[in-house]
Amino acid sequence: MHIDAAGKDFLQLNEAVRACPEREITITGCNGQRYIGDGLAGKRLAVYGTAGNALGAYLCGSEIEVFGNAQDALGDTMDSGRIVVHGRAGDAVGYAMRGGSIFIEGDIGYRAGIHMKQYQSKCPVLIAGGCAGSFLGEYQAGGTIVLLNLQKEAAAVGNFCGTGMHGGRIFLRQQAPLADLPEQVKARRAKEADWQALLPLLEEFRGYFREAKTALSPEEFWVLSPNTQNPYRRLYTPNGG
Amino acid sequence: MFLREGEERIPSGCAISGIFSKEGEAIGGESIIRSISTMHERSNGLGGGFAGYGIYPQYKELYAFHVFYEQPAAKSACEEFIERHFDIGNLSKIPTRKHPAITDEPMIWRYFVSPLPTRLQASQLDEREFVVRCVNRVNHTIKGAYIFSSGKNMGVFKGVGYPEDIGQFYRLEEYAGYCWTAHGRYPTNTPGWWGGAHPFALLDYSVVHNGEISSYDANRRTIEMMGYKCTLQTDTEVITYMIDYLVRRQGLTLEETAKVIAASFWQTISHKTPEEQEMETFLRCAYGSLLINGPFSILLGFEGGMMALQDRLKLRSMVVAEKGDRVYAASEECAIRALEAHPDRLYAPRGGEPVIVRLNAAAEKEAGRKCR
Repeated sequence: MHIDAAGKDFLQLNEAVRACPEREITITGCNGQRYIGDGLAGKRLAVYGTAGNALGAYLCGSEIEVFGNAQDALGDTMDSGRIVVHGRAGDAVGYAMRGGSIFIEGDIGYRAGIHMKQYQSKCPVLIAGGCAGSFLGEYQAGGTIVLLNLQKEAAAVGNFCGTGMHGGRIFLRQQAPLADLPEQVKARRAKEADWQALLPLLEEFRGYFREAKTALSPEEFWVLSPNTQNPYRRLYTPNGG
Repeated sequence: MFLREGEERIPSGCAISGIFSKEGEAIGGESIIRSISTMHERSNGLGGGFAGYGIYPQYKELYAFHVFYEQPAAKSACEEFIERHFDIGNLSKIPTRKHPAITDEPMIWRYFVSPLPTRLQASQLDEREFVVRCVNRVNHTIKGAYIFSSGKNMGVFKGVGYPEDIGQFYRLEEYAGYCWTAHGRYPTNTPGWWGGAHPFALLDYSVVHNGEISSYDANRRTIEMMGYKCTLQTDTEVITYMIDYLVRRQGLTLEETAKVIAASFWQTISHKTPEEQEMETFLRCAYGSLLINGPFSILLGFEGGMMALQDRLKLRSMVVAEKGDRVYAASEECAIRALEAHPDRLYAPRGGEPVIVRLNAAAEKEAGRKCR
């Protein structure tokens, strides 16, 4: 089913989406309408234009593909499903995400993946082809964050990356050593085991963004994980990250 | 009758948007209304406003005072004051249209003025300082009169309502300028009063602001020691005075001003080049109490330019785009796409890093402007 978002405010647009009995929904002419696909289960949503704030928040198993950019708070507290953005995304992508996967073609803003977590089979993934702003993975408790930095910027991420991290992993593609990491994080170059974990995600990323053909190799990546000596460790329940 | 700002403090999401033509092309006021209206949900109908630059070319040598009057007595007292201190080139009601959503509006008047040479000379002040003091005198001593715009070849249009309604109320489509900024207000700390809507302006500086600064009292105390009087309890008033103080009175560049009000963390400074370290350390030490803490994103309009700036932690969103000679900055990308579907470049500036645009040399000359 096709929904033209032009001239519709976010209430009208989201009511139309919820009322749609079909599994496949295409939204065109989107420009900033908020809350699209929030909590949505069992649908495939294609959004053309600029998706507004909180796209796919609490997403519950649906697949959303955005042909354009996404604004702030994409996939907030997402539970399961997949969001693919053919463009950039704003601040706080995947905030407190607890499952599912987010694929962004370009850059992501500040505070991406804050408080991401994992539990048993639920292991969220956030992967961006570009760079990220400051506070990436702050308080990360689980899951995997990947920055491919395909434009080969000197720094793939801003300041204060991984502050308070106590679970999960961050892969950063960057030549220079990571400056200014907080004490709770340790960084090392990727090893074979890390690479094997990363490969399927890279394959999936390439499947969505066919132009992203850059050859990647394990030695280009830093792997950030919680420093087991860190003072936060004892404050939280270990969950495997 | 609304309580005035300063009489009550209520514990803002807001929306801001700006357009700038580096070539100095005249952009119609309807454009900025279209842009800000895409972010309707970010405001709650308690304040909207606009600043336009280059909109009064026929009076570009004169200060344009936009004034709210709550009662006729305030108008006569204010006009008497203006006549004693200024030559009045022209005066009129600011044209408005009736709008169903805009009610209880004050009387809104406009005066194109230049300081009386004898008065100015006797004051021993430079012209701009003289104007600032006169504006402050009116706003603090004449009850019911409030000069909310006082720059040359620019004007602020604001009130209580959603910004798109305020824009129609002021017939903004009848104005055109090289720069527009806009604000949709969601007041959190103060009640909505016409004078309390954004932009806040002093001379040609105007500020629209999305955020909630936690250093308000520290900043206010500092700026009041420099002779400013803050009565509205709104962060934006303080920011406007701080920028006027740092740029006009202290002579800092906008880049330096940005490093004062959105200073980098010491930790971040320690990783910079020795020259940058020296500069930023000096600014933090010299103007430490003018650091703004807490979330903010602002657009500063000034004669010949515009600056976008966010707090150092980037706790509010801001997107910037370019297309040809146009530069756009807004809280949300949709406000830019509403005007330019295919920008050449679209990006999110980092926290604390100012984006400054100015008229190019030819346009500057054309307009006969001089600015820093």
